[in-house]
Amino acid sequence: MLLNIKNLTVAIEGKEIIKGLNLQVNKGEVHAIMGPNGTGKSTLAAAITGREGYEVTEGEIWYKDQNIIEMDADERANLGIFLSFQYPVEIPGVSMTNFMRTAINAQREYRGLPPMPAGEFLKLMEEKKKLVDIHSKLTNRSVNEGFSGGEKKKNEIFQMALLEPTLAILDETDSGLDIDALRTVAKGVNELRSEENAFVVITHYQRLLEYIVPDFVHVMYDGKIVKSGSKNLALELEDKGYEWLKEQSLV
Amino acid sequence: MEKDTLQQALPLDQMLIAQYRNNKELITANDIQYVSELREEAFQTFMESGFPHSGMEQWRHTDVDVLTEDAYLNEIEVPDTKKDIEELFRCDIHNFDTETVSMLNGWYIDKDSPLKTLPEGIVVGSFREAMKAYPQIFEQYYGKIAPKNANGFVQINTAMMQDGVFVWVPDGVKSAKTLQIIKILNKEEQLFVQSRNLIVLGKNSELSLMHCDDSVNQQSSLVNTVTEIFVDENANLELYKLQNLNDQSGLINSTFVQQMANSNIKTNTLTFNCGLIRNNIHVKLDGQGSHADVLGLYLMDKQQHIDNQIRIDHNVANCTSNELFKGILDEEASAVFNGYIHVARDAQKTNAYQNNNNILLTPTATINTMPFLEIYADDVKCSHGATVGQLDQEAMFYIRSRGISAANARLLLMYAFAADIINEISIEALRQRIDDMVKKRLRGELSVCDKCVLHCGAPEKEYHFDIDLSKI
Ligand SMILES: Nc1ncnc2c1ncn2[C@@H]1O[C@H](COP(=O)(O)OP(=O)(O)OP(=O)(O)O)[C@@H](O)[C@H]1O
Ligand SMILES: [Mg+2]
Repeated sequence: MLLNIKNLTVAIEGKEIIKGLNLQVNKGEVHAIMGPNGTGKSTLAAAITGREGYEVTEGEIWYKDQNIIEMDADERANLGIFLSFQYPVEIPGVSMTNFMRTAINAQREYRGLPPMPAGEFLKLMEEKKKLVDIHSKLTNRSVNEGFSGGEKKKNEIFQMALLEPTLAILDETDSGLDIDALRTVAKGVNELRSEENAFVVITHYQRLLEYIVPDFVHVMYDGKIVKSGSKNLALELEDKGYEWLKEQSLV
Repeated sequence: MEKDTLQQALPLDQMLIAQYRNNKELITANDIQYVSELREEAFQTFMESGFPHSGMEQWRHTDVDVLTEDAYLNEIEVPDTKKDIEELFRCDIHNFDTETVSMLNGWYIDKDSPLKTLPEGIVVGSFREAMKAYPQIFEQYYGKIAPKNANGFVQINTAMMQDGVFVWVPDGVKSAKTLQIIKILNKEEQLFVQSRNLIVLGKNSELSLMHCDDSVNQQSSLVNTVTEIFVDENANLELYKLQNLNDQSGLINSTFVQQMANSNIKTNTLTFNCGLIRNNIHVKLDGQGSHADVLGLYLMDKQQHIDNQIRIDHNVANCTSNELFKGILDEEASAVFNGYIHVARDAQKTNAYQNNNNILLTPTATINTMPFLEIYADDVKCSHGATVGQLDQEAMFYIRSRGISAANARLLLMYAFAADIINEISIEALRQRIDDMVKKRLRGELSVCDKCVLHCGAPEKEYHFDIDLSKI
């Protein structure tokens, strides 16, 4: 099992947001997480990726057979965990090229590899730019600075493509994307999919799941997964909304 | 030698007063009459005022008392053993060809001659030689750009200075290369060094100037530099100041600029290291259509202190100015920024911007930032802003989530913060070298032995990218 979250409780500033959540993800799988606003989807993503201030008060997060809750964010990334941010951060003054080269080399160093030669890196950039159809005028700029909402999301997938993670969490990567960009992003994800990696896709919309077909769909409500099912569950949610689940979980 | 020992027993002001009285002939020996007259006037003023002290409003946050109460050696005679500067400072310039003049312990070092005319027509040389060769220029500008009521450091400089750099760019002449003034301190004794520079740009002329203050050893010192710059109509000046002195040293640096119509200046003051540093930069916009960019970056740590006092006088209409100072303060470093914009009654259509941004890396670092606008015209656009912050935690997480360590993420963010100022350096090769110095400084690897930016041959590494943290 690649990721095994057991009875996870996460608090932010003393307030419990995730309240005893369980989730198992195997290599080769795509899991979709859906659920109403404010139920803790992004909080879960932050807890898995090791954001400071997100306190695991109970439970465990097992990844590749180690409990990672004490690990720093960068070490988790070096172990192959990637987060496509719901709100990517602008970093004025740090060029995309520079940022990604630093990241790739940091990860290589962690794995005991020498830094990637500049030429090889540039070739890799070109290749991945094509994959997600991102323009050089964006990659030549500072990280996310002045990018449109959609461009920022594409840029997340571009970074994912460069880093080739084992576990990728996509937090609402589809929101803000136009139809063509949505297809491109999905294409990017599908090309990276393999028997060796897994995706957790957080989304509000069934449409993304038409392109990135999930093996499992989970519904999160009030800090817990309240229902899991096949891809058909997403269709059902599209149809009925969340009210029926809320009622169910309150019972 | 006996005299030297005696000198070093008195507090600086008393020593200087005694020295002036006892050695007046020696001090004025090289002067034209006009310069001597100013000495006397300034000496009288200094006798009354003394050095500024922390009891004065403008010096409240900068304790110069600790420096001025100390004893120093002040050389008023050209030392007969002027070491060959080449020995100290072998410049193997990579990719960046400058015209270099050097000063050792405040004395102009002439490789060929004390005053030379560059092929394009720029005259550059020793201040003490230049006054005799160009008395009319001295009478016109020297002592007139710095205000008569300037502080005690300026007064004592005018009274007792012996040497410095003179640059005259005649009308229409454009500098082919950056002119680099390298000032080095290297002496066993604790020196008080005064240097005086006069830089005159004629109409439609252009000058790119770099001014480096460096120590080569760990001996403490106090440097008191006064630079007067006249920028005539339609002339263009770029002035880069690099300050990299040891932790024991003090630097008082006063720069006065007068700009005439449609002239442009850009000054960039880059402070890498120094125990205590005070930069007074005073720009007078005296001709319509003139513009001044006054920029600075300071990277301080330990118990270093920097005080940037910037004053821009908009004296006439239709001028613009833009001030941006950025600083990163680590450990127990402290900084002061005082940006004073004065807009005279008739200076309509003034545009003046001012910004000071700071990052404090520790709770013990401090910044005191005070914008001050005094506006007497009614049709003006002025803005000011100051920020004091820590490193952006959102950005830290974002960077770390890509696998970059906390230390390198910090470095990236600090570097990015500084980049605004570095990117304003228009000479590409210089930009790269300064870039390199900033990175080294942020990693704590820059030493005073790095001396000037152009020293030590090839850059640290090849430049394929803006920054490469992977090798740290
Ligand atoms: N830093 C914080 N401090 C306090 N409360 C927070 C903080 N971050 C998130 N929360 C709260 O935690 C809850 C869950 O937020 P989270 O962002 O995980 O929701 P979400 O499921 O991702 O919602 P959405 O679908 O709108 O993105 C919300 O009530 C939110 O207000
Ligand atoms: Mg969310």
